Amino acid sequence: MLRRLMLKRFAIIGGLCGLGLASSASELRFCLRIDPKTFNPLLVEDESSETIRYLTGGVLIRLNRYTQELEGELATKWKVSENGRRIDFELRRGVRFSDGTPFTCNDVVYTMRELMDPNLHSPVGDSFRSAPGPVESKCVGPSAVTVRFPAPVAALAAQFDEVAMLSAHSAAKESAVLGPFALGEYKPGEYVLLRRNPNYWKRDANGRALPYLDSIRLEIQQNRELELLRFRRGELDIINKLDPEMYDRLSSEMPRSVLDAGPSLDWEIVFFNQVENAPLPEYKRRWFRSQDFRRAISEGIRRDDLVRIVYRGHARAAVGPVSVANHFWLNSALQPPSGSESSVRALLERAGFRRSGSALLDRDGNRVEFSMITNAGNKLHERMLALIQQDLARFGIQLNVLTLDFPSLIERISRTFNYEAVLMAFTNLDLDPSGQMNIWVSSAANHQWNPNEKTPATAWEAEIDKLMAAQSGSEDRARRKLYFDRVQQIVADQAPMLFLVNPNALAAVSGSVKNVTPAALRPQIYWNVEHLQVGGALVSAR
Amino acid sequence: MSLKQKIALAILGVAVAASLGAGYLAQSSYSEQFREAISVPPSARFWLGTDELGRDRFARLLYGTRVSLLLAPAAALLATIIAAVIGGAAGYLGGRWERLVTAGVDLFLSLPWLFLLLAVRALLPLNTSPVISVIITFLLLGCLGWAGPARLIRAGTRTLVNSDFLVQASASGISRWRLFWRHLLPNLRPILLAQFWVSIPLFILSEANLGLLGLGVSEPLPSWGSMLRELENYSAVLQNPWMLVPVILLVAVVGCLQLLLGTEERLSC
Repeated sequence: MLRRLMLKRFAIIGGLCGLGLASSASELRFCLRIDPKTFNPLLVEDESSETIRYLTGGVLIRLNRYTQELEGELATKWKVSENGRRIDFELRRGVRFSDGTPFTCNDVVYTMRELMDPNLHSPVGDSFRSAPGPVESKCVGPSAVTVRFPAPVAALAAQFDEVAMLSAHSAAKESAVLGPFALGEYKPGEYVLLRRNPNYWKRDANGRALPYLDSIRLEIQQNRELELLRFRRGELDIINKLDPEMYDRLSSEMPRSVLDAGPSLDWEIVFFNQVENAPLPEYKRRWFRSQDFRRAISEGIRRDDLVRIVYRGHARAAVGPVSVANHFWLNSALQPPSGSESSVRALLERAGFRRSGSALLDRDGNRVEFSMITNAGNKLHERMLALIQQDLARFGIQLNVLTLDFPSLIERISRTFNYEAVLMAFTNLDLDPSGQMNIWVSSAANHQWNPNEKTPATAWEAEIDKLMAAQSGSEDRARRKLYFDRVQQIVADQAPMLFLVNPNALAAVSGSVKNVTPAALRPQIYWNVEHLQVGGALVSAR
Repeated sequence: MSLKQKIALAILGVAVAASLGAGYLAQSSYSEQFREAISVPPSARFWLGTDELGRDRFARLLYGTRVSLLLAPAAALLATIIAAVIGGAAGYLGGRWERLVTAGVDLFLSLPWLFLLLAVRALLPLNTSPVISVIITFLLLGCLGWAGPARLIRAGTRTLVNSDFLVQASASGISRWRLFWRHLLPNLRPILLAQFWVSIPLFILSEANLGLLGLGVSEPLPSWGSMLRELENYSAVLQNPWMLVPVILLVAVVGCLQLLLGTEERLSC
């Protein structure tokens, strides 16, 4: 303790001595839930590694999280051609990696070769694997590169937002980066320290070198309550994701530190088990395959109450697979289900259900009772289910709630298919509908209500397959939008998934952090990290 | 029985009586949601206010008390019976049987019971009504809680088997069955009763712990565990101190049980 006090005193004296010679060091501090699994940007799968990649990696094209438009970073220009098979980049000149190695077209070629190396098993590379065959990358000038794929790649340019460039020649390998920060120190289980990249190419409007921050300290902290406590003590500057309860708690204590960036891209959804060989009674399979039954359940859930009571107003009733946060791709003609009792009764009647006393019976006299599973410990889900339970009880439907630990839940919905309905959250990172291919295409593993169909089980699934293939194979954005609008309409009509709410992106930012422009897309608070400043200290001209 | 113990018995009696008369005392159902009255403070209509889903806290407390106070003794009884059979048989038979059971009990005690409970719960049938699920939860607690008492009962049985009066009874040619029922079991009664009483607060707290993890009693049925989960939001507790009533009741009941257990132990000596 004494030692720590002495060190602190020396640090203060040191700081005072340095005053006038250089600006004070500015450090941004926030938490990662778990240790990053990798520092190789091509192998990123988990959220912590993704954060490190975003803060350190230099990309050719960046999706501006605020405007939702693509912007050139290391590429000053790009052009997609040959129906999405080929992309040409014009590279920025005079850029250097953090270790001083110059950035050239060879680095792009090297990165693409590594990315598509089948032995590396890069999750990022998977999104570029449209068909078997080699990917050709070549320098066509000192600062021009062409990349050609064996088949069209959907939203090709946008995919490069996740491809951090590697150095072909640097001895430091992945440690040589082109992003605003470089890895400084890592203590497993404690923290990751990122230091300012002295060779970062970007400058602000006044010609000052970016980033403004000297370092970022990422504390490894799994416990959300401790994270909140440390934020309130001033030990952290940002909490990038808050749940509504924490948000309200913090807003009553520190009203100026909370931020609601509006609806995110994420979903809270319900879906029914429609798997052919699932261990379900035949009559229940018939219910779950009935479009009218699914729509009746969807109509019967009062989404406004979910928003008001469970999310405390920090969510939006969902209309379909695209959040209102996704400005371009949302089918604005869709409306959330009305929730009127008469329409629910009409749908149930049309599907052959009838009321008998307090219970609802199907045409064979079976009582309508089914279970819905969700992950244990998720208070939001448990409250949602309690509300849904009462909503459906109005129509004589008995809903049994079963909370399971997360691995058991995943086991049931993806392997044994021993479930009836499930409530779960989906994290959506991609604006482009191609990011949802693995959900809507009937042969996909994440086609949750009936995965891995050999041939589409229904006519409407076959139509979605065609529309998704057509949109991903087209370069014409307006045409793709038309195709995907139709997909959204089919999903709204058929209700294979019931979209309940899009939770808002909630965050907490200390008053000492400047230039924060919250966005609905991840990372909501630090997407413009090179412009963030901590404290009132003037940043020195570099 | 001391004055303190009489007071404890009275508190326990009132809690049990109130929970049994929940249908008359509570003005609304434990599951009815008054969605326009979310988290309201105590009033003439809602004596303990409403929870975050607009449900009457008083009604939930009464029904939750019923669940915890009636099912915990049932689970304790089950655990004690299993422990008596396994521990008693091991102590009575001795030899390799005793060694086998002792090793089995040690192995069972070394298992991470929480994960075991999670695994067993994951195997539950899908359409389990809340009432059945709560019974299964306590049944599981009972089935998993026998190992500790079994060890004590085995030791107690062993002591009895080697005692003079039992050796004499055995030497007089009495059958093993009669020896067990007429001479051994009545003398094990104090240990069995003590184990039964000790297990009750243990199971009440275990259910509360499971409830905190969201793995206790299913919605909308209340239990002390599910009501205690509300206390995670400490700022809400500071603003609405009446949320502490379930904790106070839990502590009071467990305290009363401990006091009564003291009586039982003295009686058994």
